[in-house]
Amino acid sequence: MKIKFWGVRGSIPSPGPKTVRYGGNTTCIEIRTDANELIILDGGSGIFPLAQTLLKELPVTAHIFNTHSHWDHIHGLPFFIPIFIPGNTIRLYGSFDPVSGEGPERIMAVQMQYSYFPVSEAEMKSRIDYQVTMPNESVQVGSARITPILLNHPVINFGYRIDCNGKSVFFTGDHEPHTNIYNPDDEGFSEYQVLIEEQRQSIVEAIRGVDVLIADSAYTVEEYPAKKGWGHGTFDSSIELAGAAGAKILYCTHHEPTRSDDELEKVFAEALTRHPNSGQPKVRLAREGDEIVI
Amino acid sequence: MTEISAELVKKLSAAVEKMPAFPKSVQRILELSRDINCQPKELVMIIEKDPVMTMKLLRLLNSAFYSFPKQITSVNQSVVYLGLNTIKNMAITFTAMGVLPEKNSAGFDIQSYLLHSLTTATLTRMICQKFGGDDDVDPADCYIAGLLHDFGKVVFAQFMPTEFKQALTLSSEQSISLHAAEKQIIGADHSFVGAMLVGKWQFPESLADTIRHHHSEFSAKNTVQKCLFVADQISKKLSMGNSGNLLVEQLPPDLLEHFGDDLDGIIARLGDLSKVEEEAQSFAKGA
Repeated sequence: MKIKFWGVRGSIPSPGPKTVRYGGNTTCIEIRTDANELIILDGGSGIFPLAQTLLKELPVTAHIFNTHSHWDHIHGLPFFIPIFIPGNTIRLYGSFDPVSGEGPERIMAVQMQYSYFPVSEAEMKSRIDYQVTMPNESVQVGSARITPILLNHPVINFGYRIDCNGKSVFFTGDHEPHTNIYNPDDEGFSEYQVLIEEQRQSIVEAIRGVDVLIADSAYTVEEYPAKKGWGHGTFDSSIELAGAAGAKILYCTHHEPTRSDDELEKVFAEALTRHPNSGQPKVRLAREGDEIVI
Repeated sequence: MTEISAELVKKLSAAVEKMPAFPKSVQRILELSRDINCQPKELVMIIEKDPVMTMKLLRLLNSAFYSFPKQITSVNQSVVYLGLNTIKNMAITFTAMGVLPEKNSAGFDIQSYLLHSLTTATLTRMICQKFGGDDDVDPADCYIAGLLHDFGKVVFAQFMPTEFKQALTLSSEQSISLHAAEKQIIGADHSFVGAMLVGKWQFPESLADTIRHHHSEFSAKNTVQKCLFVADQISKKLSMGNSGNLLVEQLPPDLLEHFGDDLDGIIARLGDLSKVEEEAQSFAKGA
């Protein structure tokens, strides 16, 4: 299995001299199974350069799994050139949204409205279909099995585990570890604590033993208190998650758009010093353009 | 055996989707929606005090779209699974249906109904915590059973007001229980309809069973059912609200044995209950 980072930035594309090394594109990860099936995790702006490479191998069948519908995970999709070329097959997977009452079809419908994009949904010439993913219900894509796991974000967010030929990768999308909404002396505290412990444990089990964990590590522990409830993890929370799940290697992603490459390396190094025993798993910063072969 | 037509089942379950919530919760959700720093527990507290919002939320979350590993029976669970912001936005969409009118043509007082439901919910949980049982009961299951046990009545009042009014009149004129009167007039009572709705929406079967059997003509099968039966009678006996049925049912022998006391004895052992009513009162009152 091959994994390639096409976008590792959170929130908004951040090109410029200070982000050249790690890249400014928003979330997009390409996965190729051993049988060369194409699985794409999220359609942030990184999906545009990925699309350029696909023009050499048309027609393509792309299975795009959307972790959640926030802009930085979808705004590259209207620029995924294969959708406009007849003969290609695109399948977009994502959750049912209980607020709008709609599934992943809404991701395209909303973005391709006349006022916001020159080409309408009806003008996409590829075959495009939509599939609602459900928590813990695996989807088979050729030789790969993809399992959606509900994580914690201000909109429904699935982490996806991909298993193929004995190898595995888990991508969190955006995730903030659950915290108790009650104060310790509130009546509901212990009941809620049991619920979040159960949920935390089921997430750890879903990630158990993966070869590669790619996790939302947007903040430092110092920044986190001011961003609590925004739906993102810290370098430290990702390292702890990787350790608890026995992941072999962790890639920290969703880099803050305002963080320069130098600062990113600095805060990452500081987080590593807080976890001196984390020789296993290995911990790396996700970098645009990097490819991992497992 | 109660009979109810497939057409009526369809009509009532579709109707609940459009059903407005209670005035106070709608008002407070709208306040919260303007406050980006609102306390998450505040939001949970508002939703779990409104039978309509709770019902709608759990209905969607237990639907085929999610198929969670276990059924969701509390608002807290829904926040843990789907996240606070999603639940908050769902609550905001519920407020778009307006508010339940305080005066409906059935003459059913929804404020008193809410007061009865809230006090019964709190008392059911309280009794479970105090007296417990042999089985391993989640107090949250007790609360939800109390909150929703009479849900069928508010559905009747909203969508079958003429028939429900006749049942209320029959019950008071002939001093028969409201559920007996409902069966005569409508063909099904509120416990059957409430259970039918939660059953149809894939809530846990145990909750549907508890709602279906909350009157003394059935014997309570487990701790939740026993605690709910007692709580319902205490709420009526102490006039904490009014759900259209003032008749306090006697504790059957098995419950007398289980609690080792009659209703008055249990009330005495529960201690000061004025707070239960005050708390419910502060929420049940309209805007």
